Amino acid sequence: MSFINYASREINCKIVYYGPGLCGKTTNLQFIYNKTAQDAKGKMISLATETERTLFFDFLPLALGEIRGFKTRFHLYTVPGQVFYDASRKLILKGVDGVVFVADSQEERLDANIESLENLKDNLEEQGFQLEKLPFVIQYNKRDLPNCTSVEELRSLLNPDQVPDMEACASSGEGVFETLKAVAKLVLIDLKKGG
Amino acid sequence: MLGSQSSLVMYDEEYQRIMVLIQKLLRESNAKVIFLVDKNGQLIAATGETEHLDTTSLASLTAGNIAATGGLAKLIGEKEFSILFHEGEKDNIHISIIGGRVILVIIFDERSSLGLVRLRVKKASEELGGVFEDLVQKTVIHSEKVGSDSPFAEITDDDIDNLFN
Repeated sequence: MSFINYASREINCKIVYYGPGLCGKTTNLQFIYNKTAQDAKGKMISLATETERTLFFDFLPLALGEIRGFKTRFHLYTVPGQVFYDASRKLILKGVDGVVFVADSQEERLDANIESLENLKDNLEEQGFQLEKLPFVIQYNKRDLPNCTSVEELRSLLNPDQVPDMEACASSGEGVFETLKAVAKLVLIDLKKGG
Repeated sequence: MLGSQSSLVMYDEEYQRIMVLIQKLLRESNAKVIFLVDKNGQLIAATGETEHLDTTSLASLTAGNIAATGGLAKLIGEKEFSILFHEGEKDNIHISIIGGRVILVIIFDERSSLGLVRLRVKKASEELGGVFEDLVQKTVIHSEKVGSDSPFAEITDDDIDNLFN
C-alpha cells in the first residue's frame, strides 16, 4: 500500500501493469521511460530472459511533482505475462495501490485476455484485495493492428464494471500517458479518501 | 507485528529514532551502507556511503528478492527465510526481516565480517522492531483522524491534473 513519509514529505505509490504475455506491458513502461525528463525518473530495471521476455518484473520509479507540499512518487511495475510465471506474478501484486490491465486487442488473443483478467482477480484475492475496490483501469492495446476485436466487444467482455478504459498503441506511445494518468488519478483519489 | 496490507506512514519523530539506530549499527558493524526497505519495495531510510548507489533500485530489487525467497520458503513449508546473505568478491549483502514487514539491508566489505554483522543486527533488530511497533500504533491513532487533518483530504482534481502538465 502507499507509503506516506512525513519526514521527507513524500508519498510513494505502487502501480502494477498486468496482462497476457506479449500484450505490451513492458512497452508501456519503456515509452514512459523514454518520454520522461531525466530528473523525473530513476533507472528502469528489467529482469528479463535472454529473449527479452519479462522473467520477474520491470520497475520504473517516477517522480510526478508535488501535491499539497508532498513529492509524489509512483513506482511502476510489470508482471511476467506468460502463464507459467504465476508464482512470480503473485509476488509483484503485494502492496499494490493501482492496477492497469493491458489487453491485447488482436482477435486471437481474446481468450488470453480473459484468462489473464481472471488470473488477476484470483491473485489479488490471495493477497487480500478485491479488484472492484482497487484503483483499476483497462488499456486496449495494439489498436493499430489489422486483426483487432472491436472496442465494444472487448469492453463487454473485459470491462463489465465500466472502469476507465482507453485505446492505445504502446509501441508508438498513443494512449500510454493517458492510461498512466487515469490510474494515477484514481490512486490519488483513493489516498484522499484515506484508503 | 505489522500488517502487510496497511499503509505505512512515517513521522519525523520515528524517522529520527530510526536514523540514530541505523547510524549506530553502521558504526558498530563497520558496514559501508545500511538501508531499510518496506516489503513492498519502498525505501524507508538509508545511511553510510550512499552517494554512488541507486538506492531506489536497490530497495525495489531487495523487496523482490525477499518476496521470491519467501515464495520458495512457502513451497518447502517454511514461513519465511528471515536472513539472506550474498557474498561478492569485495562487497557482501546481509538482508534480514524486522517485525515481519520491514527489510534491513547491510552492505559491508573486508573491514567487517559476517559474524560481526549478524551479532550487531540481532540487537539492532529488537530496537528497530520497537520503533516500528510504535509507528503502527501512531498510524492507527492518526488514521482515525483522517478527514479532519489529513493533508490529502483536500486534494482537488486540479492538483492531480497539474502533476501531468
